[in-house]
Amino acid sequence: MAEGKGGVSRRGFLKGFGTGVVGAAVAAKVRLGEAAPQTSPGWDGKVPVVLRVNGKEYRLLLEPRTTLVRAIREHLGLTGTKVVCDRGECGGCTVLMDNKPVYSCQVLAVEAQGHEITTIEGLVQAEELDPIQKAFVEHDAMQCGFCTPGQIMAAKGLLLKNPSPTREEILRGMSGNLCRCAAYPGILRAVESLAKKAQG
Amino acid sequence: MKNFEHVDARSLAEASRLLTEKPSVAIAGGQDLLCMMKDGLLEPARVVNLKSIPGLSRIVYDEAKGLSIGALVTLSELEEHPAVRQLYPAIAQAAGLVGSPQIRNLGTAGGNLCQKPRCWYYRGHFPCLRRGGDYCSAAAGQNRYHCILGGDPCYMVHPSDLAVPLVAFGARVEIAGPKGRRSVPLEEFYIPPRVDVTRETILRPGEVVTAIVVPPARGRISAFVKFAERGAWDFAVASVAVVVQKGEDGKLMGGRVVLGGVAPVPWLAPKASEALTGSELSEAAFGRIAELALEGAQPLAQNGYKVPLTKSLVRKALRMAVNA
Ligand SMILES: Cc1cc2nc3c(=O)[nH]c(=O)nc-3n(C[C@H](O)[C@H](O)[C@H](O)COP(=O)(O)OP(=O)(O)OC[C@H]3O[C@@H](n4cnc5c(N)ncnc54)[C@H](O)[C@@H]3O)c2cc1C
Ligand code: SF4
Ligand code: FES
Ligand code: FES
Repeated sequence: MAEGKGGVSRRGFLKGFGTGVVGAAVAAKVRLGEAAPQTSPGWDGKVPVVLRVNGKEYRLLLEPRTTLVRAIREHLGLTGTKVVCDRGECGGCTVLMDNKPVYSCQVLAVEAQGHEITTIEGLVQAEELDPIQKAFVEHDAMQCGFCTPGQIMAAKGLLLKNPSPTREEILRGMSGNLCRCAAYPGILRAVESLAKKAQG
Repeated sequence: MKNFEHVDARSLAEASRLLTEKPSVAIAGGQDLLCMMKDGLLEPARVVNLKSIPGLSRIVYDEAKGLSIGALVTLSELEEHPAVRQLYPAIAQAAGLVGSPQIRNLGTAGGNLCQKPRCWYYRGHFPCLRRGGDYCSAAAGQNRYHCILGGDPCYMVHPSDLAVPLVAFGARVEIAGPKGRRSVPLEEFYIPPRVDVTRETILRPGEVVTAIVVPPARGRISAFVKFAERGAWDFAVASVAVVVQKGEDGKLMGGRVVLGGVAPVPWLAPKASEALTGSELSEAAFGRIAELALEGAQPLAQNGYKVPLTKSLVRKALRMAVNA
């Protein structure tokens, strides 16, 4: 999809608008750092937050009420993780926290500090898709694709803990992720294909 | 969600102080609390993180003292713990049936016991006695998921799955607060609506649950069954925990039958529990225990179905326990 070079994409707009970034460990460090309201007297409702996401450290200024998914999407610009229900009832926002699947809409960003967060963007290594991503493509495990990042992170977490789950264990491990398009048979095939590979 | 001050408590004493200085709530896994706050049902000035207090996330099993579950143990940890699975299967089963894998990875044992009611009128800002309103919207409203036992004036059902087998095992809750520590049987931790319709637990300002202590298993067998409309994410329409001992004569000896999803508190069924002693392991005997468990049930307009449903769950739990 075109993130127009000259034009203002919605994503770019939201990113530029994000007030929280103090100095992410990225190129934009200095410019964004200057914008941070560091001179205000007393508490302006924001606190410094250090997040480790996909192996990188980000220093942010966030309101304590900011959920992890908002921090990831709106302050770090990693929009692969989706917000759907925003209340722990769909799985669209699933990320890994210390390799365990969690709903990032149900975590405060301040409380994600000190944990290793992995989002869908963190699975790609040097332009190479993760085996679980490849399996989703090969087994046609999606239709509209909106639930897919969450499904893949749930599957990743399941396989990290249990590399060769049985069908029953897969169904249970994936039970926290809804798919409105009902691509469940493909999702099951994708995860099963990796479980079989692990069994050799 | 309104903004708030977020503080990591470093000790229980500090947590108690932080919780009483201004309108505050404690946060454990946040799986219930964040929903309450997003819906504007709780608007604390301060959120006190309990996860930063050392020593509250251990499971310790000791043959003489029993099982101690730290308040911050996650439901996944509880479900997977070898001693819990082997000696207290009903507890592992209940923990494993909460919400979804993601909720169990963060949700804690203490938070599960202290979670807020799920009555849709309570959550939906409708008139509700429990939230300080003039009347209970459920009494004459949409009440198919409401209670059939111990209601009046509030007909909500207690939402915790974990509390049901814990009461069945005779667990105690350990509490720390500004005035020191205390320990109460879990069934006395919950306040029936007739006693006080505005409070769910006996926790006083600044008090937190530190652990749940379950007496030694000592040959007791157990089972938990839950009926929900969906296989995941769903609260119990009804659930049953049975903890019992098999005697040498092939009959049952003392134990407890506890019902979930049918009363405003985890429902310890006294007559059914007494009837366990001396009961044969037959369908007919299990049927009698099921009848006693639901004695006195007073369904509302839409939830009569819960009576036969719960009876069948009692029989199923008994079969599961004795055949395990
Ligand atoms: C979609 C969804 C489905 C769910 N399904 C189920 C289900 O099937 N069965 C079920 O039982 N539950 C269910 N839950 C409810 C609940 O979120 C979890 O059971 C979880 O265990 C709550 O624990 P927590 O640590 O996240 O609690 P929190 O959300 O952190 O806290 C819950 C409440 O308890 C208080 N609290 C927490 N810890 C303590 C403590 N140590 N001392 C004193 N007070 C404390 C908090 O102040 C808060 O009011 C569900 C929740 C969601 C969002
Ligand atoms: S059942 Fe209880 S929680 Fe629900 S509306 Fe009535 S008083 Fe409120
Ligand atoms: S958006 Fe978090 S679970 Fe639905
Ligand atoms: S592919 Fe459309 S919601 Fe799952």
